[in-house]
Amino acid sequence: MKQQHPEETIDQGRRAWFGLAAGVTAAVAAPGVVLHLADAAPAVGTEGVPVTAAARWGLLIDTNKCLEGCRDCVDACARENGLDRQTKPAAQSSAAWADQRAVWLRKAKLADNLTGRVTNLPLMCQHCEHPPCVDVCPTGASFKRADGIVVVDRHVCIGCRYCMMACPYQARSFIHEAVHDQLTGVPRGKGCVESCNLCVSRRDHGLASTACVDACTAAGHGAIVFGDMKDPASPISLALKAMSSRQLREDLALNTGVRYAGL
Amino acid sequence: MVSGLIPTRAGLILLGLCCALVAQCVLAGDGQCYVRPGSRAAALDDCVAPTAFMRRNHMELIKHQRDATVHQGIRGTRDSLAGCIDCHVSRAADGQPVAVNEKHQFCSACHAFAAVKVDCFDCHAAVPRGAPLSEAAGGMPENDLRRTNQ
Amino acid sequence: MKRIVYREWRIPPGRYWGILGILAVVIGLGGLSALYLEHQGHWVTGMNNFVVWGVPHVFAVFLIIAASGAVNVASIATVFGKGAYQPLGRLSGLLAVALLIGGLLVLVLDLGRPDRLLVALTHYNLRSIFAWNIYLYTGFIALVIAYLWSMADRMGAPFKKLIGLFAFGWRIALTTATGSIFGFLVARQAFDTAFLAPMFIIMSLAYGLAIFVLVLLFSFHEECRPVGDKLLMRLKRLLGLFVAAMLYFTLVYFLTKAYGAKTHGLVDWVLFDGGRYSALFWIGWVLIGALVPLGIIHHPVLGQDRNWIVAACILVVLGGLATLYVLVIGSQAYPLQMFPGHIILESGFFDGVKSETATYRPTIPEFLLGLGGVAVALIITAVGVRVLQFLPESLADAALPADAVYLPTASDRE
Repeated sequence: MKQQHPEETIDQGRRAWFGLAAGVTAAVAAPGVVLHLADAAPAVGTEGVPVTAAARWGLLIDTNKCLEGCRDCVDACARENGLDRQTKPAAQSSAAWADQRAVWLRKAKLADNLTGRVTNLPLMCQHCEHPPCVDVCPTGASFKRADGIVVVDRHVCIGCRYCMMACPYQARSFIHEAVHDQLTGVPRGKGCVESCNLCVSRRDHGLASTACVDACTAAGHGAIVFGDMKDPASPISLALKAMSSRQLREDLALNTGVRYAGL
Repeated sequence: MVSGLIPTRAGLILLGLCCALVAQCVLAGDGQCYVRPGSRAAALDDCVAPTAFMRRNHMELIKHQRDATVHQGIRGTRDSLAGCIDCHVSRAADGQPVAVNEKHQFCSACHAFAAVKVDCFDCHAAVPRGAPLSEAAGGMPENDLRRTNQ
Repeated sequence: MKRIVYREWRIPPGRYWGILGILAVVIGLGGLSALYLEHQGHWVTGMNNFVVWGVPHVFAVFLIIAASGAVNVASIATVFGKGAYQPLGRLSGLLAVALLIGGLLVLVLDLGRPDRLLVALTHYNLRSIFAWNIYLYTGFIALVIAYLWSMADRMGAPFKKLIGLFAFGWRIALTTATGSIFGFLVARQAFDTAFLAPMFIIMSLAYGLAIFVLVLLFSFHEECRPVGDKLLMRLKRLLGLFVAAMLYFTLVYFLTKAYGAKTHGLVDWVLFDGGRYSALFWIGWVLIGALVPLGIIHHPVLGQDRNWIVAACILVVLGGLATLYVLVIGSQAYPLQMFPGHIILESGFFDGVKSETATYRPTIPEFLLGLGGVAVALIITAVGVRVLQFLPESLADAALPADAVYLPTASDRE
């Protein structure tokens, strides 16, 4: 546990350098360009070291860049977390199964009631600073890591689903069936609740971003930025500063870790 | 009738004691080896700690690691369950890994003997599956379905 | 006033074992359903990611709040000094414990991981009202057992008043907490109101008393023990009061929701556009659960007839189940208001696309599990009154103790 990683200090240096570079770019370029910096984000975090509150991971979604009909982020999420391996129990109807299968990330298309303006956006766990799911969980299985990621400890989850009652974003899924072919990196099994965890093992292994962000960037949309919201020089912080964004259900004052621009 | 019952009971108790003693000996010593031939573990002298220690304490190590991983994000360390499976999984004739919780495999064989239910594989993959995110998280993936995406 | 004599329930063994047999079969079916659910996973139920609590929870919440209502009969004697209720105290306590155990069993057996019950008992998140309920439920059972001891044992008599007072406070806390399980959910339009806590208390009083009267009349009738008219009229009128109060709380609840623009849609939906939920609201919650029983209770002729009083109690129970179905399940089926001012046109998950509500089709195992809980409560009661002295020999009016403080009531004028 006490392994020292020599890269750690170097990392910090790189981080600052990139931050400075990003800051200069952001100051010069139009806000819309900022989102393309996502792929330039350096690897942060080190293996084998406890996460700290020095970082708070978050996402910024620019709905103007989110295309109708594109589901690259949804598919990438399913592949990353083994959700594409879910199979409908033979005796279940397709309609009922559609409501019972687990979905961590989904696309929604909305229209403004007055103007009819259409918005497309991905929806997932909003990683609140004050998550209602964590408050209500009787066993403490639902918890927020020091770095702001809301996770379910499946070893302690008893499957009461109270967190699903409490979540304002319908972000959680209950596993209704026995699971047999999980991925090694994403354990999941019958009777527990799960949701987006910001690709938590990527965080711990020091990877740069999440599966959905990679997919969105690879497709050339660049609608999602991932990063450390506590680092003022991180691309996400700069983008958040540069463009106006909103939280979903701001009225609940949950201080979400996922922000939406252009909504 | 009554006098006939007593020796039966005494015999049963004696038998039970013997069983318990034998079980103790097997647990404490190195009675039977459950490591599957062909698994990487079979080629090693010891697990991450001496075998006798692992037999008694592997669950403590795994549990400790589990809490550190889930709550503190400490991954890819010595005691990870993924590492256990990676090393102890055996292969069928066609080279495919056989789930460690399948009958007569490493985990299930010993747990069946000790009559302790294993809960791990309700959620955890019992074969290495999917690409590991780092070297330390486990060796090479067997059936890497995601390699094309990375 | 005569001394109250309590005696075991001595109905013929054939009849007794017959009742136990029927209950055991229902419990068996409930147990099999629980095993089936646990083995298969919850896909065999109608519950899904949007309606996460279904019929088992309707039964569980009903039994739990009825439990805290049932103990009130004892409180009326001990705390409020109504002597006529004193002989009813023991049955009231037994019924309360039995109903709570039945409800908790349903709740626990519906968990995704019922095998981890030990985890629930060893890991607490004290911010969770659910975790508080675990303390409140176990504390309630312990407290009511102490209460029963103080009522039944001469040694306990000096503590009766104190324990009774404490039990009364505890049951108020318990039902407040049960209502708060829903009331604290800020995300959902139908919940998110402290009003649910007192509303659950008033509901508990009505359901608990209705079940109490049914059990009392059945057990006494089976053994031809007398129940005085005067006592029955008092119980009946009390039930009428609770049901009327419940109706009032329902009215205020919907008025509150109808006042705020953000919940207009919800009220419209529950009252008019909700299909079976609207039907259950009007026919189950309002008509069967309140108006018809009130009509019977206050009817000059029907209100004097025992069969009609029994009918009124049954209707209150059925109406209660309908109420909780609308309140627990309907409130989840109604979509969350995630994007005010927007309509959702498409979604990869249920998000109330075009204001559609979530589907929930309960399956048979869910009902069997719920009924199993009811049967557990009844079997505990049946065995309890059979082997221990819970039932007074006579509840004839002449045999009843006077109220501690004499207050002229309507019943005295009859």
